[in-house]
Amino acid sequence: MADVYTTAPAKVEPMLQGPTGRKPRKALTRGNIMLYGTLIVVSLYYLLPLYVMIVTSLKGMPEIRVGNIFAPPLEITFDPWVKAWAEACTGLNCDGLSRGFWNSVRITVPSVVVSIAIASVNGYALANWRFKGANTFFTILIFGAFIPYQVMLYPLVILLREIGLYGSLTGLVIVHTIFGMPILTLLFRNYFSSLPEELFKAARVDGAGFWRIYFQIMLPMSLPIFVVAMILQVTGIWNDFLFGTVYTKPDSWPMTVQLNNIVNSTQGVKEYNVNMAATLLTGLVPLVIYFASGKLFVRGVAAGAVKG
Amino acid sequence: MSSERPSRLFRNMSAKIAAIPMALTALVVFLGGTAWTVAYSFTKSKLLPKWDLVGLDQYERLWSTKRWMVSIENLAVYGAGMLVLSFVLGFVLACLMDQKIRFENTFRTIMLYPFALSFIVTGLIWQWILNPDFGIQHIVRSAGWESFTFDPLYTADWAIFGVMLAALWQGSGLVMVLMLAGLRGIDQEIWKAARIDGIPAWKIYVMIIIPMMRPVFITALVLVTSGIIKVYDLVVAQTSGGPGLATEMPAKYVYDYMFRAQNLGQAFAASTMMLLAVMIVVIPWAMMEFGGKRRG
Amino acid sequence: MTQMNAMTPLEPSVSDPSVSIRSLDLSFGAVKVLQNLNLEVSRGEFLVLLGSSGCGKSTLLNCIAGLLELTGGQIHIGGQNVTWAEPSERGIGMVFQSYALYPQMTVEGNLSFGLKNKRMPKAEIAERVKRAAGILQIEPLLKRKPAALSGGQRQRVAIGRALVRDAEVYLFDEPLSNLDAKLRADLRVELKQLHQALGNTMIYVTHDQVEAMTLADRIAIMRGGKIMQLGAPHEIYHNPRSKYVAGFIGSPAMNFVEGRLEGGTFHCALGSLDMAGYAFDRPQDGPAWLGIRPEHVAPFDIAAHKPIQRQARIDLVDPLGSETLARVTVEGLSLWVKIDGETEVRAGQTMPVGFSPERVHLFDKDSEARL
Repeated sequence: MADVYTTAPAKVEPMLQGPTGRKPRKALTRGNIMLYGTLIVVSLYYLLPLYVMIVTSLKGMPEIRVGNIFAPPLEITFDPWVKAWAEACTGLNCDGLSRGFWNSVRITVPSVVVSIAIASVNGYALANWRFKGANTFFTILIFGAFIPYQVMLYPLVILLREIGLYGSLTGLVIVHTIFGMPILTLLFRNYFSSLPEELFKAARVDGAGFWRIYFQIMLPMSLPIFVVAMILQVTGIWNDFLFGTVYTKPDSWPMTVQLNNIVNSTQGVKEYNVNMAATLLTGLVPLVIYFASGKLFVRGVAAGAVKG
Repeated sequence: MSSERPSRLFRNMSAKIAAIPMALTALVVFLGGTAWTVAYSFTKSKLLPKWDLVGLDQYERLWSTKRWMVSIENLAVYGAGMLVLSFVLGFVLACLMDQKIRFENTFRTIMLYPFALSFIVTGLIWQWILNPDFGIQHIVRSAGWESFTFDPLYTADWAIFGVMLAALWQGSGLVMVLMLAGLRGIDQEIWKAARIDGIPAWKIYVMIIIPMMRPVFITALVLVTSGIIKVYDLVVAQTSGGPGLATEMPAKYVYDYMFRAQNLGQAFAASTMMLLAVMIVVIPWAMMEFGGKRRG
Repeated sequence: MTQMNAMTPLEPSVSDPSVSIRSLDLSFGAVKVLQNLNLEVSRGEFLVLLGSSGCGKSTLLNCIAGLLELTGGQIHIGGQNVTWAEPSERGIGMVFQSYALYPQMTVEGNLSFGLKNKRMPKAEIAERVKRAAGILQIEPLLKRKPAALSGGQRQRVAIGRALVRDAEVYLFDEPLSNLDAKLRADLRVELKQLHQALGNTMIYVTHDQVEAMTLADRIAIMRGGKIMQLGAPHEIYHNPRSKYVAGFIGSPAMNFVEGRLEGGTFHCALGSLDMAGYAFDRPQDGPAWLGIRPEHVAPFDIAAHKPIQRQARIDLVDPLGSETLARVTVEGLSLWVKIDGETEVRAGQTMPVGFSPERVHLFDKDSEARL
């Protein structure tokens, strides 16, 4: 061994016949062209609609009538955006989508906070403090995630009416908390179960109780999962349409419901540029969250996919 | 220090208190609400729920209503199409993405972003693109091909495919992400072994990878299917169920009878049928997924 | 120090019990994990629970700590029945395999968390943390987070977290398993010194027999939720009460030869061996196992002094430096033999081997109990 090692450099030279070193690589093989070609074509399918919307929302109506929807605007105008935000009409109200936007904010913020607070404590109780019956409730809860909402719509109307919250914002917050619970509880339970159990045991030996372990040990370790849950809930609740129509009055309609009313209202001349601006405005919040959160969104989507 | 055994009821008291919202939701809303709806589907409730049993009358009426039959038919076409297309598209894209490509993050971002948008937004976008006076048809015609026709949303026979196009745009990225995660979960050494054995790539996918990805396929199947059965917002935004009854869906049927036509009994019967359909998909899956492995 | 006479788990007799476990049962559903287990640990004793994975040793420790709810039986610590007490009320400190340090707290925070929960005055907390840090030489680390510590440092902090509690009993759940070999040996020595300095009761779970032999005052060998043998390391090694214990302790494992015991003679593939000199517990004729440790099979010229001698062929040689292990064939049987490190041996060579009946162990074939 040692002998080969010390004399190696001298012996290597005559051995260098045939291919040596890095394999020459062709960037433009047929396979590669097919691969990237397909991906680019598919990307166009996903991207073009967004492009068309943006372009349309920046054109004036005359230009839309004569031009084609893929052409960039000859003359960029932000009027449609202003109109969509401040003047578009739903029914008798003509104060634009801004009303729906603020309604959605008023609905989304408390719903996200309350649903995550409750579900995270639930998940923690299920993961670390197993008690009799817990698994039964949890199984029902997970099955609940698959029950079509239509089945539970009316009983909830009655329940909310009984406690005097039907049509109120608080009522809608409760509804979002209830329907967000299965997936969020699952998310948190799985996360807390993945934390080392010995940590929980050490805290028990150290005399910490249910709430102290939650706040002082678990919470500080769980920031990523809270972010995932927040992404999931903000997009989910912001995008909700069904609960918004069923459980609110026109005055407190969320943005999605208002948008649908603006665009699909049959009266008056269709202003496509305003419609597209309004649509973009409604999609803006989830899109910003999506692009800002990157991989965390993917994690949330994979977990939240159960929501269907 | 306690030498007596504390009562079972008060052990882990805080945990039990913390679980009250979950217990209430599970029992009152999910179990109770479902049972209530099923029970009242056997009554002739109209504007208000009334305990006035009529047996299976509502179901008989439901199955002899043209709109419901068309809705079911639409759902079947839409569902079959969505399942096949989203699986094929999702799997092929995932395989392409798994080729150690450059800009993987960019491609993934592009394919998944529609999933962040609501069905309402999705429906409205595609309503615009498929608009015959301005959208694709208009462009091709103005490029010289005057007889070109592509207006699915205004042709009863094709409208459902227009909806499918939009749904696929919104949801196929998710299927791709799930499948990609499945592909990534497969031991890389299988590829090395196959390369050394000289097995062609397509054969590895068909013979080894796809069978190994069974759990991912099943998860995706359950998710896509339960999404299909619930489809509502998209149709409302894109077509409002039209033209005619061409894109009516069961979920919309329920909503319209519940809050518009004020025929609660019909709505309850229809939603019970939806529940039944979901259970047929979910229960076998749950038994397979959780039944076999449950241990004390 | 501790009793050298044979002790069976069912006859606990310890003068000053610090921990006493009485007919403990634990089952998960239908699975019985621990059954009617009795154990007394005297004050200041270092007891090691030893066994392969799944034998119930960690489960027993978790029961003592109060982290698992018993199905039946009692646990007393420091003279008090703590069967239903919370883990923090039992007068225990615990060290875990994964260290289980609170990642978001500094070392100081980790050490003082339990004391703060007890609402101890600040000055006393500071005093105790300082003392524990001094003993373990971790003062310079007090302001750091666990992520910034090496494995050995983390385990010291974990030990410190137990120490500050000033507990009656310290429980260790495989505390050295996550460390590399060198560090493990160092910390083992430190743990032994710590025990000598503090004099507290310690119960230590491990699957590593070297740790068990070196640290323990007494070892409890567990299998299938039961204690197979409880005794001092020397006792366990030289007087195993069952074939399982005999085979479990010692590396390489004891050689076993199957045969028949008849009137003081063991008939087997090696021939008929006269067992004169063997200290019988309860001679009983019938099928039996003869066990002999590799170091008790004498090679070469030492073999000449032994009453039983045979020729052996060497199949395999494992040189370890200080000694050499040889796998040999004697009369068709494979045996391990320990040879001193200086003698050079090669595979294929033949050599005489010998042993004396005083050094063998006989076990009944069916019950596997010592004869």
